Amino acid sequence: MSVLLASAFWRADGRKGIRNTVAVVYLVECAHHVAREIQHPFREQDVHLLGFGGCYPNEYSHRMLSNLCTHPNVGAVLLLSLGCEGFNRKDLLRTIRESGRPAELLVIQETGGTRATIAGGQEWVRKTLHELESGPRVPMSLEELVVGTVCGGSDGTSGITANPGIGRAFDQLVGKGATCIFEETGELIGCEQVMASRAATPELAGILTASVTKAARYYATLGHGSFAPGNADGGLTTQEEKSMGAYSKSGSSRISGLIKPGDTPRAGGLYLLDVVPDGEVRFGFPNINDSAEIAELISCGSHVILFATGRGSVVGSAVSPVIKVCANPETFRNLTEDMDVDAGRILEERGTLDDVGEEIYQLVKAVARGQKTASETLGHQEFVLGYKSFEAIGPGCHPTYQ
Amino acid sequence: MKTIQLSPADNIVVLAASLPAGASFEMCGREHRLPTSLGLGHKLAARTIRAGDKIIKYGVPIGSATCGIEAGEHVHLHNMKSDYLPTFTLEHGREFHGTK
Repeated sequence: MSVLLASAFWRADGRKGIRNTVAVVYLVECAHHVAREIQHPFREQDVHLLGFGGCYPNEYSHRMLSNLCTHPNVGAVLLLSLGCEGFNRKDLLRTIRESGRPAELLVIQETGGTRATIAGGQEWVRKTLHELESGPRVPMSLEELVVGTVCGGSDGTSGITANPGIGRAFDQLVGKGATCIFEETGELIGCEQVMASRAATPELAGILTASVTKAARYYATLGHGSFAPGNADGGLTTQEEKSMGAYSKSGSSRISGLIKPGDTPRAGGLYLLDVVPDGEVRFGFPNINDSAEIAELISCGSHVILFATGRGSVVGSAVSPVIKVCANPETFRNLTEDMDVDAGRILEERGTLDDVGEEIYQLVKAVARGQKTASETLGHQEFVLGYKSFEAIGPGCHPTYQ
Repeated sequence: MKTIQLSPADNIVVLAASLPAGASFEMCGREHRLPTSLGLGHKLAARTIRAGDKIIKYGVPIGSATCGIEAGEHVHLHNMKSDYLPTFTLEHGREFHGTK
């Protein structure tokens, strides 16, 4: 077992984080402003804003917020409720407190309105930040690290440089026992057979194929594939062409399982995260934007996110740091400050795929040890959560863990 | 001109650097002149492709030619299409839910 970092943040539920974040969480859009005002003065002190805008309850969004509020990178949580929304705030508060994290709930209707709630919330955050400073620190190994990957703003360079570069880094991480998660079954359309051949068991192979079939049907019903105008401007012509590029992020390791948002893999290995809802099409697009997918990867325990971009995305995320791997050397020159890795240098013969893979692997470790990513430095903390519905995964989805 | 052939089986190459309109280059022993500027990541036919032929990239089909394509021509939305999405078009999706 190799030590990744000497002083990870230890949580009372036994999990280990690489950041010590206070999450300020609104439970309906009506509480968003108050939550934002509370968080704003502390935004450079690892206090992040997240939440759910809907008023109607939803099992998926409840599970997402439960997992995010008890994520290993989160040390404490302040919940903001208006008071009449459908979100089960008491259940969420209980879940967080049972995990041993300091947590508080402020209900605006019971706290005297906007100004009084902001003042009370800021006082709690100030006190809690002070408490978190003296929290226990423990060594953490690579086997305990969870890394997710996503691509956004893809172009004709993504599948040649950044995505296979991340694949190389994933191969190294999986080889050392880490947990790696790739996703976006809608962008694996056309790759299902080659992907299924890497499954740990024949049953899992069938499950992987079925997840892509489900995605294809879902997108067909919505009338729009996972393909944006910028993809075509950047030289990508068809969904299957984009898919081949996206697929290469997964590297070449055996696929250990399929998980859904909120499922945390129980052993190291490579996992496919199925983000497309089950059942009839109900709540719209499965991936309304990259940030929603990043939140789902983080809900599965991802400590760090590897984000491949060709056209040039600038986003980061609440809760976990995002490393931006830029596929296109022209984009890198244009958006240097927003990027962490110049994978497009492969096209200009300033490095090989192996060099880029190694750089990403080393950077994952450095970020785990506290080095700030470009998006963290620039203050990015995007967060998006909407409505979805999922069925629980069956035993065949996680065959390597018995 | 800098291009990449990703797999020996490919019938397209990928531009490794952007090209301005009017740029001339050689492909299959012939001189070509680019009618419009092209960004890096775009595809050029590496050989003559007939209508209906598969477009091969990474060694796998990424769609089919919708018309004949000369070596050196830009390969994109105007002369190729997905083999996959037609199975799952907007119309198909509407039919699926019976809400035309």
